[in-house]
Amino acid sequence: MDWVNAVVQGVLVGGLYALFAAGLSLIFGVMRLVNIAHGDLIVLAAYVALVAMQTTGLDPLFSLLIVVPVMAVFGYALQRGILNFTLGRDILPPLLVTFGLSVIIQNGLLTLFTADTRRLRSGALEVSSFPIGGGIDIGVLPLLMFCTAVAVIAILQFIFYTTPLGRAFRATSDDPEVARMMGIDNRHVFGLAMALSLAVVAIAGVFLAARTNFDPSIGPARLIFGFEAVIIGGLGNIWGTLAGGVILGVAQAIGAQLHPGWQILAGHIVFLIVLAVRPRGLFPRVD
Amino acid sequence: MAGEIRSFRVTQSTRTSQIAAVVAVVVIVVLAAVPWWGGRFEMLLLGQIFAYLALASLWNLLAGFTGLVSIGQQAYVGFGGYMLFAFAIFGGVNPLLTIPIAAVLGALIAIPVGALIFRLSGAYFAIGTWVVAEVFRLVFAQVSALGGGSGNSLPPHIVREIASGREIRDMIIYWTALILVLIVIGFVYTMLRTRQGLALTAIRDSEPASESLGVNIWRTKFIVYVLSAGATSMIGALIFIQKLRISPDAAFSVNDWTAYVIFITVIGGIGRIEGPLIGTVVYFLLRELLADLGAVYLLILGVVAIVVMLRAPRGIWGFVVERYGIELFPVQRRLRLEGLDEMKGAARKSAGAAGPDVEVAAQPVKPD
Repeated sequence: MDWVNAVVQGVLVGGLYALFAAGLSLIFGVMRLVNIAHGDLIVLAAYVALVAMQTTGLDPLFSLLIVVPVMAVFGYALQRGILNFTLGRDILPPLLVTFGLSVIIQNGLLTLFTADTRRLRSGALEVSSFPIGGGIDIGVLPLLMFCTAVAVIAILQFIFYTTPLGRAFRATSDDPEVARMMGIDNRHVFGLAMALSLAVVAIAGVFLAARTNFDPSIGPARLIFGFEAVIIGGLGNIWGTLAGGVILGVAQAIGAQLHPGWQILAGHIVFLIVLAVRPRGLFPRVD
Repeated sequence: MAGEIRSFRVTQSTRTSQIAAVVAVVVIVVLAAVPWWGGRFEMLLLGQIFAYLALASLWNLLAGFTGLVSIGQQAYVGFGGYMLFAFAIFGGVNPLLTIPIAAVLGALIAIPVGALIFRLSGAYFAIGTWVVAEVFRLVFAQVSALGGGSGNSLPPHIVREIASGREIRDMIIYWTALILVLIVIGFVYTMLRTRQGLALTAIRDSEPASESLGVNIWRTKFIVYVLSAGATSMIGALIFIQKLRISPDAAFSVNDWTAYVIFITVIGGIGRIEGPLIGTVVYFLLRELLADLGAVYLLILGVVAIVVMLRAPRGIWGFVVERYGIELFPVQRRLRLEGLDEMKGAARKSAGAAGPDVEVAAQPVKPD
């Protein structure tokens, strides 16, 4: 029964990993930018939520009303102010600039908030759970997290394929030059894409921080989990990313069940196996 | 252009580079003599500087010349360090002799690792290398014989195998570091001056064009990846001979072995052999000035790296080359036309700083 329980909990955590991954693959899809600071931005969002809760006394979930717009505006400014200048044929500038950004965010948070571990307390929600039979309990918070992940991915899919904004995203992704000729301001579109990405990051950060302890140094591992979910699921397929997150979550849960030291390692190994066997991911987009 | 070309030759060296070679010999002699004119502090500091210079030169070879941006080279630094401990403690090998062993094993393990992560392209390759480094860290943390998660120190009787007296030992470790950094720089320089180097530069400037000229892109990049992994492992063994203590977090630290190395290369000038040299000097000066600031110091480094990348993407040395056309380690080939004094004036006007030398091969300048 422990095993079934591990798998169920792993699936729910997989939703969180899919949230990490969604923002990452959105940015890559629109402007071929891999944001090394993605994990640190998730942690930054958690600290923004912490400050918001401390100043307003809000619940973690209601703090999203503040954190999401703050992060989205920050994303737009970041893109227009810095990242747009790094885009081009060469992959080096965006990589190194976001790497520098990652170091800045980590050490900035370290200076402001020290290395103490924090947690967003959500009161009764944190501990409440309900049985689903067979001696397995599902926590309300993890379930909410998973449902949110599914909803976020559905919304992203909707934006991408049915709205004018999504059309602009796809157009600039396919051919930025032609998109410009059609009257699209690429710089603005990229700014909006980053804003949307960081809105997702904000949701991911709040759920991460409500579920586990966090400190300024945990960002890079979140980037890696998100990245692994993207590659396992298949580049360019957003529902595949959800599947990738779930597979990663389950692999980690099973690894932890085998030996406490193997949790993270098991996830990495599943990722490497997928890379070896199906380098385009399990559910690649059909072009 | 009027005039006849009586003879020509293709050359790589310039007068500056010949002077630089003489200066380099003098500097090396002075550095080799440090144990006689410097103290223990100078030797330790210079030993660290050599290690960083070597790591930065290797990272520069990968990122600046091959286009393989890795943020996981700490995998090989840590691997080399652990090979030192494994072979010295369990194999009874003299710690200094574990250095070549680490080099060979590092290159060997890079073959399957490279085969796997070469399936990821561009920026995703970068994160893939990081995953590999994490896998290495987690695996070595599970090996209890090597100290597990909390690490291990090199036992005193093994340390004494290097040399029994502490002063002699410091000197030997210092000279080893100096020799290794010279080997690494020599390796990078040779790589770039040979056919391989031409192929690399061609790949970096245009993959389709180089492929159409018969360059095997995958194989060329793979060879560079494997060789630089071996060299990085070698430096890893050296670093932990200097430290005498290892733990998974220190051995596979992304900050220590990759972030600083990237800053050094970017600030000094990526894609230039001289870049890491300048960058290492700047980095250690900054460190001596700002080390007391702790996290703020890293924050400043991050800001400097971003500003350099945005405002002067070729770094300090790139700026010098653009401005003055100086190359200490010339890797580009120049076509020198001789006996055309009357042409020189005209050529100089049209070719600017390049003077009478007409470049016939790809030069190590990144295209905009």
